[in-house]
Amino acid sequence: MQLKFMIGFLLILAAVAVLVISATQNNATYLMTVEELQKRQQEIGDRPVKLSGAVLGDTIQEDPRTLTIRFTIVHIPGDNDEINRMGGLAQVLHDAVENPDLPRLEVEYHGVRPDLLKNEAQAIVTGKLDQNGVFQAEELLLKCPTRYEEAVPQPTQP
Amino acid sequence: MLPEVGYGALLVAFLVAVYGILSSLMAVWRNSATWLRSALSAMRLTWPLITASLACLLILLVQGDFQVSYVYNTTSRSMPLYLKLTALWGGQAGSLLFWGWLMAGFASLAALRNWERDRELLPWVIVVTLTTLAFFVGMVLFSADSNPFVRFWQNRSGQPLAPAMFRSADMLPLVPWDGRGLSPLLRHPGMIMHPPMLYLGFVSFVIPYAFAMAALITGRNDVRWIRITRRWTLVAWLFLSLGLVLGMRWAYDVLGWGGYWGWDPVEVAALNPWLSGTAFLHSVMLQEKRGLFKRWNVFLIAITYGLVIYGTFLTRSGVFSSVHAFAQSDLGPAFFVFIAVMAIASLGLIFYRWEALRSEGQLTALFSRETVFLLNNFVFMSILAVCFWGINYPLLSELVTGQKVTMGPPFYESTVGPLLALLFLLMGIAPLTAWGRSTWKMLRRSVWRPALLAFLLVVALFLGGVRQPGALLGFGLAALVGFVTVYEYGRAAWMRHRTQGESALLALWQLAVRNRRRYGGYLIHLGVVLMSLGVIGIEFFQSETQGLLRPGESLEVAGYRLTYRSLAQFDVPDGRNVTRAVVGVEKNGRFLGEVYPRRDYYYEAQQPMTIPGLRSTMEDDVYVILVSWQPITEDGATFKVYHNPLVNWLWVGALVFLVGSLVAIWPESGNVVKSA
Repeated sequence: MQLKFMIGFLLILAAVAVLVISATQNNATYLMTVEELQKRQQEIGDRPVKLSGAVLGDTIQEDPRTLTIRFTIVHIPGDNDEINRMGGLAQVLHDAVENPDLPRLEVEYHGVRPDLLKNEAQAIVTGKLDQNGVFQAEELLLKCPTRYEEAVPQPTQP
Repeated sequence: MLPEVGYGALLVAFLVAVYGILSSLMAVWRNSATWLRSALSAMRLTWPLITASLACLLILLVQGDFQVSYVYNTTSRSMPLYLKLTALWGGQAGSLLFWGWLMAGFASLAALRNWERDRELLPWVIVVTLTTLAFFVGMVLFSADSNPFVRFWQNRSGQPLAPAMFRSADMLPLVPWDGRGLSPLLRHPGMIMHPPMLYLGFVSFVIPYAFAMAALITGRNDVRWIRITRRWTLVAWLFLSLGLVLGMRWAYDVLGWGGYWGWDPVEVAALNPWLSGTAFLHSVMLQEKRGLFKRWNVFLIAITYGLVIYGTFLTRSGVFSSVHAFAQSDLGPAFFVFIAVMAIASLGLIFYRWEALRSEGQLTALFSRETVFLLNNFVFMSILAVCFWGINYPLLSELVTGQKVTMGPPFYESTVGPLLALLFLLMGIAPLTAWGRSTWKMLRRSVWRPALLAFLLVVALFLGGVRQPGALLGFGLAALVGFVTVYEYGRAAWMRHRTQGESALLALWQLAVRNRRRYGGYLIHLGVVLMSLGVIGIEFFQSETQGLLRPGESLEVAGYRLTYRSLAQFDVPDGRNVTRAVVGVEKNGRFLGEVYPRRDYYYEAQQPMTIPGLRSTMEDDVYVILVSWQPITEDGATFKVYHNPLVNWLWVGALVFLVGSLVAIWPESGNVVKSA
């Protein structure tokens, strides 16, 4: 009796484990920085990756007929502690946009233009590099960190 | 003045909580009723104190005292009153204070019950609840990020200084003219209710946990703690469910991606305690009826409590970037230590009582109501394991290999999907099985009618053009559960009708009243079935289209024809600029009405918000998003349109679910004989 239960449960457990492992292998997406992507292109191959970078406002182009958006993102560090050491996300994004020496990457996305797509926003894109070195994003998320981090306000106005 | 009072009241509440813990321990040590009374008074006192603190913050929010950093960051002059009130949970610090306030409310409620029969549990219930409370209140008090009463200052030459709680000699107040306003994303009716419901769900799970631990410590290993906390657990679970559903509705109405659930880590973190809590609600029945699975039940409630704290930690610590993350904060280590201490204490106690928690009976047959419940628990825990893995694998991977990864919806869909199917199958079988021992023959005899109906439905759907195997399986299982549940209920009512001569309606009513738990449970199952229709509709049948239209031009999707008519731009008094399109909806040449997708631009936050235009029926939703528009000369606008079949059943199902839960929670009236 107890043995039958044990065998049954071990079987189900094994099935669930196989399910989880295969789903992890197929669906875990690498999170990288722009610099890492450009350095490790060979190794990554055709695997989708997730990148985060600062949006260059002047480069945003939109074709409303085909719903194609193109813009360039600038490398920012991937590590939160490093970002905090450099003065917080808002500061890092600002510095990245101002610094022409950092690696940059052109991104193309088909779909609705997100509300937050603007200069110095943090773009989080998931997709692959195409032959022309343009990152074809399937997913585009944006974050504007300024709201809660800029703690000290302007002094009193009339 | 008010910030000092608010902070002071909170500080006193913290000290009272600590005093309550200590005097409760004294009561046990000295076996003293006086110390215990004192501890109980302390527990009752926490709520009024935190209420005073909360009231101070609310007054500050409503008055718009922008010197207070929290008020500055979450409100503005132009916001209506109700939004100023909801700003209470619009940011990290306020929501933690609110959490603590709810927690204290539940602690006080628990303190007010009649303790005559359970005196020995009382000191330990006090210790566990007040420890949790002291932890949360302590975080608000002592973490720089989470204190809602911190203010802005400047020095004599007008230089801004770092925000601080107290004023020192050379500081002058710095009062901004206006605040930054609540994040536009949070200005939605769903957001008014979603966080409080979720927090209520989270917080009220502390009470059953406290009773379970008290039972372990005192060695009262009978079902008493389960009996006492049954209603608490159900209430907690109902609030958590409502919180999740309201969050889904908010996402659907506000986030503008045509869906309601994105497997965002924070969503998953809130789902986790719901999963273990649901498993717990099922498996306690085995302990009450058969004395089985005592260890397992204590373990489940401990896990649920742990996941509640962990969920709060994930939401509030900024480990994940998501729509829910307010900011990076310094709370991580404190939470981590607290969770670790609680986990070690709970597991230690379970092992300490390991032998005493032996099951009274044994599973007697391989196939019975008990084993179906066991399997149900196993599937719930598998889903939990998958979800836990999904949110933690990225953290683990970074720690071990240094490679950052993320897990998106495909991971969850491919793992949770099959497990949900299995769960539905069990949900279909369970009501037809017998306690103790069940036979396949008995099951066959009762299941064939509902199963045949479900099968005919699948065939009809197939002939009607539905071809995806997943969708057919989903509909088939949902139909099976629905028919079995209705059949079971109907059969019991028919018996009453026959034997007691009650009219059919009266029989249905009497059944529900006499065995609220069972028929409330059935209603909940029916709610889940209805909700699953909405999920299947979006997962398998959602379609979308997009395009640039000039006025008069149309888009077509799923038999609908959407014609762009006009566009208007105007300011509204609460600080928004609204761009609103008028789109006509037709189907088969028949005009059905207009929808108004719009884009609100919030001047203070400098942030636009996309609000979809929605035409919603029980059959399907047409969900229209205004993407962009050209300057007046060209007059074109881009739209994206989603067709979401059946999605409304999700919300209807949630209502049925709510009613079912209320039936199960409602106290049995005194004169009705309890039929277990």
